[in-house]
Amino acid sequence: MKARHDLAVVGAGPAGMAGATLAAEFGIDTLVLDEQETPGGQIYRAVEQPGLADLAPLGAEYRRGIELALAFRRSSAELAGGAVVWQIRSDRTISITRAGEGKEVAADHVLLATGAMERPFPIPGWTLPGVMTAGAAQTLMKSAGMVAEDGVVLAGSGPLLFQLAGQYLHAGVRPAAIVETTPRGNYWRAAPHLPSAWSAGGYLEKGLALLRAIKASGVPFHRGATGLRVHGDARASELEFQSRGKTERVETPLLLIHQGVVPNPNLAMATGIAHDWDARQLYWRPATDPWGGTNMEGIALAGDGAGIGGAIAAEHSGRLAALEIARRLGRITEGERDERATAERAALREQQRARPFLDALYRPADAMRRPQNDATLACRCEEVTAGEIRRQARLGLTNLNSLKSQSRCGMGPCQGRLCMLTATELMAEVHGVDPAKIGPFRLRPPARPVDLTAIMDFDDGTIPPEAALPKEPAAPGAKP
Amino acid sequence: MHLGLKGVSALLIEKNYPGRHASGVNAGGVSRIGRFPSELPLSALTLELWHGMESLVDDDCGFIPNGRMKIAENEAEMEKLRERFDKVRALGHEHERLIDQYELRQLEPNVAEHCVGGIFAPGCGHANPFRTTTAFARKARALGQTIMEGVRVEKVSRAAGIWTVRTDAGEFQAPVLVNTAGAWGDRISAQMGEEVPMETTAPMLMVTARMPPIIRGVMGATDRILSIKQVPNGTIIIGGGYRGTADRDAETTVLDYKKLAYNAKIATEMFPKLKGARIVRSWAGIEGRMADAMPVISPSKTEEACFHAFGFSAHGFNLGPAVGRVLSELITAGQSNIPIDAFSIDRFAKA
Repeated sequence: MKARHDLAVVGAGPAGMAGATLAAEFGIDTLVLDEQETPGGQIYRAVEQPGLADLAPLGAEYRRGIELALAFRRSSAELAGGAVVWQIRSDRTISITRAGEGKEVAADHVLLATGAMERPFPIPGWTLPGVMTAGAAQTLMKSAGMVAEDGVVLAGSGPLLFQLAGQYLHAGVRPAAIVETTPRGNYWRAAPHLPSAWSAGGYLEKGLALLRAIKASGVPFHRGATGLRVHGDARASELEFQSRGKTERVETPLLLIHQGVVPNPNLAMATGIAHDWDARQLYWRPATDPWGGTNMEGIALAGDGAGIGGAIAAEHSGRLAALEIARRLGRITEGERDERATAERAALREQQRARPFLDALYRPADAMRRPQNDATLACRCEEVTAGEIRRQARLGLTNLNSLKSQSRCGMGPCQGRLCMLTATELMAEVHGVDPAKIGPFRLRPPARPVDLTAIMDFDDGTIPPEAALPKEPAAPGAKP
Repeated sequence: MHLGLKGVSALLIEKNYPGRHASGVNAGGVSRIGRFPSELPLSALTLELWHGMESLVDDDCGFIPNGRMKIAENEAEMEKLRERFDKVRALGHEHERLIDQYELRQLEPNVAEHCVGGIFAPGCGHANPFRTTTAFARKARALGQTIMEGVRVEKVSRAAGIWTVRTDAGEFQAPVLVNTAGAWGDRISAQMGEEVPMETTAPMLMVTARMPPIIRGVMGATDRILSIKQVPNGTIIIGGGYRGTADRDAETTVLDYKKLAYNAKIATEMFPKLKGARIVRSWAGIEGRMADAMPVISPSKTEEACFHAFGFSAHGFNLGPAVGRVLSELITAGQSNIPIDAFSIDRFAKA
């Protein structure tokens, strides 16, 4: 890692790897920073691990990650693993912590490929031990080959939930139940988008095959579940829900929850990138141009962090961003850029064809995003309930930053990423306005918690000028 | 709010919302220690108001009078503190107490070994800034005052004894004008021909994740720059006056981690248990700092029926409640018992 690079890419998932590989092809001096030691991101986590001879449980998609990682490793792009990026200034100086040390690195261009995170799942009891996200369970499977035991319950909606169920069944794990929360009305709302989705890249065939496998397994499968609630004292022991007009209870040692993914907002927001409310996908979407460019000069975004499109779309958006960066660095002409972009855009459109269908089908129910039970925790870190957020809104607070200052919602170590969407929608509900009117949190650096001792590493030996200021000047009018 | 208590109706015009900038995001210190001598009467009034906050605005504003301390790290600093202590006593203020090694450790068991003593002021402490600003706004509204949010002042002018304030939401008129525009206050006063030397600055703060109890009161260094406190939820706020840069037109701040590194170093040297701390957030407020580091609290010297109170950098949150009271007295009675000559807006012209 040098002090300065042409391009710094944050995140070595599909967008980051594809973007960096292409940039390096143009002779751009490229540095890739990632929290993990090895490339892959969340979706292709530990993809280089030699022990994964049997790829079947993880699916054929995982193989695509191996190809990406190989191309990336063969390129001249440099990977700095184990690096936590916690601040990017407008002059594109990047503050990181690596091996416990605070460091700065500068770049002419920055490409943020910081990916997605799971949408919060605010139901009563979701913070109890014994509840984790389906994504986290999948991470354990990829990185440590760990699967849950029999009796696990999967609840929520979205492709990842079914994918995990399929992977568990393949690995011989038998869930006690799958509790699906997709509202029944979604099927009708999604239907008009079906033809377009049907012709797109085999998403639906794969999904239907998964559903058939789950049904064939005989695992109890509850559809249209509402009123989810986790019971348990010290840890979760039971999931309660309503389905077909009946209250059901399933005992479980482990509840895995999931209702889709959203862009991971922290670094992009703390960097000053403007965001708009996306009414279709229901999150704060960074405002980007067709090349991923943002309101911050020289800082672009690609992949799911710029808006959810999936792993394959992420590759194409990463390459599109790299093309524009190459043009700006004078490595290719505008014509060359546009020529290379044509195929990428076509592939991207192909990927996006299934999106309207998936977005309509897996749009989480209102009650799953805005907890009806006021005792439900919205902010896990500071234990702020949905009721408290509604109360503050009724008392007159109109934006998330006032809410944060007043209730501590969003002030904990997660820096607001787990409560921002819930809080946005709750405040909008109380005021009867569009969430866009509420606005996101004004996130502050560090985008990730950082050790005080790592901050001390930024001392460059010069005494700051404030130290010389007289702290008690003789004030005019003061008696000696 | 204070005008409302006196039955005088007021319109407050705010370009964002109450507490958007420094008044909502400062360190929340409530202290009589380390104030300039001319600020002491005002500080005494403010502390009195802070101790009765619940009855004033129906909210205690998170005020915790856990005591404020200035710590001496060596004998030279201790000597300085003794001089300061004698000076304040001579002015008739008895709120401070000199403490020795033993008492320092009694009060703050986790202070570093090299610290030798300090000045302690019981009764001082800290409060929650945004909660305070919000409570004042709510109380003012409850008293019938109007606060317009998201309205930007473009021009002020006076004709036939009436002030007209032109904004992006229309014109408003009143017999009396008060300029409490903070880091933007000099732009209003300049419209009255009262140009003042004010710089826009951005004092930086950092806050840690929750930690076990380490610090009891509000601690400050003597010759070095540090102010540090642990609030009831366990987080520790580290600041003291290292400054980032502010852009008051864009209403943004840029932090300087080289300076925060210094701040962090001083904090861990004075409280070694902080070595394991994790910082979850850092920020800066936009403040106006006058050339002599003292605020402007003054009737206009060029226009009648106009009052200024701005440029409070590092003093504003503590003094705010008392300044509101003093302004309301100036407006309704033409005078206040609290001496404010030292804060006159024409003091720079004289010099």
